[in-house]
Amino acid sequence: MKKVIEIRWHARAGQGAKTAALLLAGAALKEDKYIQGFPEYGPEREGAPIKAFTRISDVPILIHCDVANPDAVVVLDSTLLETANVTEGLPEEGILLVNTDEEPKKIRELLKLNHGKVYTVDATGISLEILGKNLPNMPMLGALIKAVPVLSLDTVLKGVREKFGKKFSSKIIDGNISAIKRAYEEVKSE
Amino acid sequence: MARIEALTGDEVAAEAMRQINPDVVAAYPITPQTEIVQNFSQFVADGKVDTEMIRVESEHSAMSACVGAASAGARAMTATSANGLALMWEILYIAASYRLPIVMSVVNRALSGPINIHCDHSDSMGARDSGWIQIYSENCQEIYDNLIQAVKIGENKKLLLPVMVCFDGFIISHGTERVELLEDEVVRKFIGEFKPDYPLLDVDHPLTYGPLDLFDYYFEHKRQQIEAIDKAPDIIEQVGRDYGRISGRTYGLLEEFNLEKSDLVIIVTGSTAGTAKATILELKEQGIDVGILKIRVFRPFPYQQIKEALKGKVAVAVMDRSASFGALGGPIFTEVRSALYEEDKKPLVVNYIYGLGGRETTVEHIKKVAHDLLNIKKTGKVENLVNYLGVRE
Repeated sequence: MKKVIEIRWHARAGQGAKTAALLLAGAALKEDKYIQGFPEYGPEREGAPIKAFTRISDVPILIHCDVANPDAVVVLDSTLLETANVTEGLPEEGILLVNTDEEPKKIRELLKLNHGKVYTVDATGISLEILGKNLPNMPMLGALIKAVPVLSLDTVLKGVREKFGKKFSSKIIDGNISAIKRAYEEVKSE
Repeated sequence: MARIEALTGDEVAAEAMRQINPDVVAAYPITPQTEIVQNFSQFVADGKVDTEMIRVESEHSAMSACVGAASAGARAMTATSANGLALMWEILYIAASYRLPIVMSVVNRALSGPINIHCDHSDSMGARDSGWIQIYSENCQEIYDNLIQAVKIGENKKLLLPVMVCFDGFIISHGTERVELLEDEVVRKFIGEFKPDYPLLDVDHPLTYGPLDLFDYYFEHKRQQIEAIDKAPDIIEQVGRDYGRISGRTYGLLEEFNLEKSDLVIIVTGSTAGTAKATILELKEQGIDVGILKIRVFRPFPYQQIKEALKGKVAVAVMDRSASFGALGGPIFTEVRSALYEEDKKPLVVNYIYGLGGRETTVEHIKKVAHDLLNIKKTGKVENLVNYLGVRE
């Protein structure tokens, strides 16, 4: 694997992309990585399109600007596919992971994409079923590490338990863990 | 043993404050305040520090309360950002002139208007003549290291000056990074106890803080204040070396990166210094060498050290993340240029104003600056003294 893995998250404010971007970065410390996790703050209103970024590296990270050429793009809200330029800077081998119940082929057609590799997972469906509400961030995290094995599933689950342990009940944490595992299993590639 | 954690700039600043365990923290608790004060309040509520936390109704009052506490003999700290710093203005000067070693985190953000909450250096650059020492941090690790050193620098008996530890809003304040933290006891031993010589609460030795001081003595007091901050470079370097002994990370007034390899130099401060370093490493692979001179301490301005570092250089680009309206370039540019005035052989110096109001500064922008420097070297000419990087015009 490359020395630095760069991930760009697209979502709407309130869907938990920032939490996921920072949580993934924090979990990577357990594998002795260097990390960055940061959101792009715009007008702070729920539903506004937002971006967040994660960098995971074997060497110290010097750069302090947004990710221009992401190894992976994660789209938490499929309504952004036609409004946000989600494939901007996506390299030839880049990965596009979308929260949708459509097949990857459909997304490729929709975006008229001729490169990269498309993955899909129904994170909203998983979230509604297990958590009872639409919180796609944790299932998308599970799907992401299947598509881009930058960290082990075990490391990410430990990270989630630690991060949420102080804030939430064990029922909520267990629900999130199940949602991550389920998305990890169900994510579809082309 | 050092701990390694994933923390945002705001979180690591609060963690440093927890370890410093100041006697008093006075702060305005809402916007434009950052999570530093929120996180630190949690430490107070959880009984993890002995600090008296004073929540005040404005930043003007926050700094006033710090002045009162520090005059009484307390170790006082606070944090602010952007318009919050602007509202402290009057009291910043008073803190410095009373020689009170208050330490404050400044999360660098643009001053309105138009209304903007994102990063640039116009807030702290505007306060550059207030008499405070100013240290700028490139990343989360440096925030932590600088805050701990700031206590020891400000409280040095030769200085007794307040210190701002500045870092870039959102880019660093809200970004999670890997940081190495020292043990609580190591930090506490390093900073020691604050024993002021003239505390106001020493009732056996009554004295006055802040009396009227007109044309009879005011000038002498200002002369002493100038003398004090002029002594700061040596103290800052000494503390930077001592800190290296406990942490493995040594600090100076400036940081050189690839500087010896090239006669072209980019001068930069804050988080963009990191982006510049990453760009320079990329350019190196293409056979292009440019050096970086990072300004860590802007007040006092390390003009001697900058002069030394730029000896024999051909072209220098100075990057300013703030504008000085009506001046010939940004504040760092004018001071760097002034520092070089007596030199017989001066490099050509060019200014780039960048990143105002959080405008993204990318690797491509730094590459442009590097290529401009190559061109200046080739032609021996600076076409535009002041340039604007990444602006639409």
